Amino acid sequence: MQTIDAADLDYRTVNEALREAGSDFIIEGCCGQRFIAAGMSGKNLTINGIPGNALGAYLNNANITVNANAQDAVGDTMNEGKILIHGNIGDAAGYAMRGGKIYVKGNAGYRAGIHMKAYKEKIPVMIIGGCAGSFLGEYQAGGVIIVLGLHKDGRPIVGNFPCTGMHGGKMFLRGGCEDIRFPKQVTARCAAADELEEIREYLSEYCSDFGYPIDELLSEPFTVITPDSKTPYKQMYVAN
Amino acid sequence: MKIEGQVRIPSGCAISAAISKDGNKMSGEMIINSMKPMHDRSNGLGGGFAGYGIYPEYKDFYAFHMFFDSRDTRKKCEAFLKERFEIVQSEIIPTRKIPAITDEPIIWRYFAAPLKSVLVSLQSEEKEFVAKTVMKINAEMPGAYVFSSGRNMGAFKAVGFPEDVGVFYKLEEYEGYSWTAHGRYPTNTPGWWGGAHPFTLLDYSVVHNGEISSYDANRRFIEMFGYKCTLQTDTEVITYIMDYLLRVQGLTLGEAASVIAAPFWSTIGAKTDLENRKKHTYLRTMFSSLLITGPFSIVLGFDGGLMALNDRLKLRSMVVGEKDDKVFIASEEAAIRTMEPNAENIWSPAGGEPVIVQVKEGVF
Amino acid sequence: MSIEFIYPEFEVIRNENRCISCRVCEQQCANEVHSYDEKHKIMRCDDSKCVNCQRCVSFCPARALKIVKSDCTLRENANWSAQTVKEIYKQANSGGVLLSSMGNPKPLPVYWDKILINASQVTNPSIDPLREPMETRVFLGKKPSKVQRTKDGALDCKLPPQLELSMPVMFSAMSYGSISYNAHKSLALAATELGILYNTGEGGLHEDFYCYGENTVVQVASGRFGVHADYLKAGAAIEIKIGQGAKPGIGGHLPGTKIVGDISRTRMIPEGSDAISPAPHHDIYSIEDLRQLVFSLKEATEYKKPVIVKVAAVHNIAAIASGIARSGADIIVIDGFRGGTGAAPTRIRDHVGIPIELALAAVDQRLRDEGIRGNVSLVAGGSIRSAADAVKAIALGADACYIATAALLALGCHLCHTCQSGKCNWGIATQRPELVKRLNPEAGSKRLINLMTAWKHEIKEFMGGMGINSIEALRGNRLMLRGIGLTEKELEILGISHAGE
Repeated sequence: MQTIDAADLDYRTVNEALREAGSDFIIEGCCGQRFIAAGMSGKNLTINGIPGNALGAYLNNANITVNANAQDAVGDTMNEGKILIHGNIGDAAGYAMRGGKIYVKGNAGYRAGIHMKAYKEKIPVMIIGGCAGSFLGEYQAGGVIIVLGLHKDGRPIVGNFPCTGMHGGKMFLRGGCEDIRFPKQVTARCAAADELEEIREYLSEYCSDFGYPIDELLSEPFTVITPDSKTPYKQMYVAN
Repeated sequence: MKIEGQVRIPSGCAISAAISKDGNKMSGEMIINSMKPMHDRSNGLGGGFAGYGIYPEYKDFYAFHMFFDSRDTRKKCEAFLKERFEIVQSEIIPTRKIPAITDEPIIWRYFAAPLKSVLVSLQSEEKEFVAKTVMKINAEMPGAYVFSSGRNMGAFKAVGFPEDVGVFYKLEEYEGYSWTAHGRYPTNTPGWWGGAHPFTLLDYSVVHNGEISSYDANRRFIEMFGYKCTLQTDTEVITYIMDYLLRVQGLTLGEAASVIAAPFWSTIGAKTDLENRKKHTYLRTMFSSLLITGPFSIVLGFDGGLMALNDRLKLRSMVVGEKDDKVFIASEEAAIRTMEPNAENIWSPAGGEPVIVQVKEGVF
Repeated sequence: MSIEFIYPEFEVIRNENRCISCRVCEQQCANEVHSYDEKHKIMRCDDSKCVNCQRCVSFCPARALKIVKSDCTLRENANWSAQTVKEIYKQANSGGVLLSSMGNPKPLPVYWDKILINASQVTNPSIDPLREPMETRVFLGKKPSKVQRTKDGALDCKLPPQLELSMPVMFSAMSYGSISYNAHKSLALAATELGILYNTGEGGLHEDFYCYGENTVVQVASGRFGVHADYLKAGAAIEIKIGQGAKPGIGGHLPGTKIVGDISRTRMIPEGSDAISPAPHHDIYSIEDLRQLVFSLKEATEYKKPVIVKVAAVHNIAAIASGIARSGADIIVIDGFRGGTGAAPTRIRDHVGIPIELALAAVDQRLRDEGIRGNVSLVAGGSIRSAADAVKAIALGADACYIATAALLALGCHLCHTCQSGKCNWGIATQRPELVKRLNPEAGSKRLINLMTAWKHEIKEFMGGMGINSIEALRGNRLMLRGIGLTEKELEILGISHAGE
């Protein structure tokens, strides 16, 4: 286990140290250094302090634990691995991620899971413990987005315009979603038992990561949202 | 009719230069005579000289040689200079009336040093400050033109044949350790004295023969760094390039020569010395916009030396000869023989191969 | 017929005296224009399906076919052109957004055609490019502003990553999906042989083509299709696609029907699923976010690859480029409004953006005015049609050009403007195996190599005429250009004088 004090280091130095280090690594005093672990694989990284934007961009099978909040663009275009955030995350988390997991204890900002994809065995999963901002799962093309709505403090579980342009994957929101307006090309319904079974594995992992009892989580019904078609825009054009 | 600067005028030329490695003084008369056998390389529309070591009594002061179109302009310019410089001497440059040289402007010189307080307040390095002042006057003060701005050196130029220009400026009364000369063959007749050569900035002076084909690529690049090509001449842009490479970037003379007359990629690729290959690749990549193509032979004068350089295809003639402590460079051997009938080791440098002659440390 | 009927645009003319009913035309036409009438033993055709791709004409062994523009015309009207009227009919019939392919066909000014090139006479010599050295090699990338020396005073020769090109022309981005496997392979083979680069476009890099990585630019667009660490490391450079000249401000949409087999695998998205590229990158809503994406890519590739940022030529392009040059990008690509596309809304293609000539001139000058031209190399694209266009672009200030339409023409494209149908008879803009195999990658690459070799020679001829023996002495050398029939304003923007001045 190696430890680096990042207090006065720039991101380039931090990443160089990380690249050269063994598999286990702790960054202390992190404060806004961007691109940590970008494109890296085979690392177990713990971050104390606030990592900068684009944490774990293009992540390729590394594990990152952040013991605080994280900023924007966490796990941008992530391919494999796991990012665990013991706090909130900023905007556009998991943009275009194709694989791996982003588990967040707290809330997510705008556009979480935007353009998340899936391919064959690669199914990205994002679980947000608190609430998500607007445009959740915009352009979602695959993967699973779960929002649990724990510690909501009276706020809606998701902001405006969720699932805009969604054309693949699944979204689960804990609780009934009667008051949420979804776009025309998706269907929102109460999740059936077999659908909940699909995500049980992720939820129990999440619960063990953050110390929640899984039964309590599952005591409320979930709403599942799926797109009606993988090709919702076919009818829009005429050849000229 | 448009004068030089408003229009680009190509020209051919004769060049000649002499230097004493021991710092021995030579009168300007010798360099004037060297231009006589090359009379047909000029057409009477421009001639000029640069002498180094000619102002020993003012050697710590910048010698500004200037053309003014009127007394009024001179007064204005002088006021401008006084805000920035301590002027220790201000005088007409002595000339003699001869029928071959007419329509002269007011020709003046100042010996001056930048005011320390101004340098401090502008956070400016001395030479940078002087260069910027020259740019400012030449670009923004109509009717005023600085044609020489170095220390212990000076350029003298006019519209006319070079041998007449030398007589006009009484160059036989000056003594320098190094001289360059230029006779010009422009393609039309703007009749403006600023257009003659040498072209100078600080202690750099350039005499040049040939019309380069890379002009606008070079100009548009160098103008990014505060230079203003007010004359649209090749010599002007070459001078600024040399100032930029030598003074601003801190390249050696040899490195600068490898930039402006870079070897062909195939030549670089064939170099067996890997460090050398790396260096040339670096310089050519780093300063690709300062490669000069088309014909040129130049002599660059600077404080304590001369550098002669041909374009990499060697499209212009240039001959070098030696005698004792002296080195001579000219477009034609005849010019060298005029200066030193017994010159030895006459040779023509290859294209892109710089000839660098420096005066022994401490004797200039 | 009915109110919905639009008379076919083209007529297939068959010379019955020559036709031998060999049915080659029938086999060659994926649009099913030709058919054989067994009963009467003659060939028949359905003009309404013809897109004028000339495939049948080229392959008819008896030279019995030609395609002509139909002379069935609407009443002439200088205001309401037949095209305009028919577009209204199409939209009234379908309610759809008009979708077109390839570049803007409108008769808008082509400034290349109003710019003339200089040559030496007397005052300096022209050079014979056949018998004297003539250099077209280019290095693209950031050039530091100051020379550094090591402790012992030697030059520190380290430079930021540079792309070396044997000539200042590259193949522009066309995604695998919009064009075929064989088209991509042709480009990859040719780029490798020529010592230049081709560009994956935004559809990922097929596993078979990783071996051409040194001559590949891998693209990262808003859809991030097929983007992962190995992909980023596979290419010689990474290009962030912000926009495309044919459709500035518009995303991409490869319909699910084209996401099959290898396309799906290469893009790493499921078969049959629409590949939607959002209009913006959703991690770039502002110029400082671009810096973030540029450096996230540099971090992921350990600063070994130059990062290219490609933008469409739009109104404020000079300021935009200046922002990009200050955002860590090594190379900026500007794509003019005549650039091609596999599919774009017609109205966007024909009405959004500005000509590359003006955009390039404005950007080059702006970067120089700000003293940051050395921060970046500039690449111009958007309908570079010939060596002459390329020479003019370089003299205006480009380091290199991107070509795509010209490359497709070399591969057999006949500019029928119907790429979006996926039925390209020339095996280029299609994924149908029986059509794809019509394009032989070896033959295709040979034609691309021929084209580039010819252009290179022409570029050298131009340079020789100007007395320039190295391409860098041409770059930004606007004195070598003169305008013809241009207004003061146009000349001012182009930064050139009028012919005769």
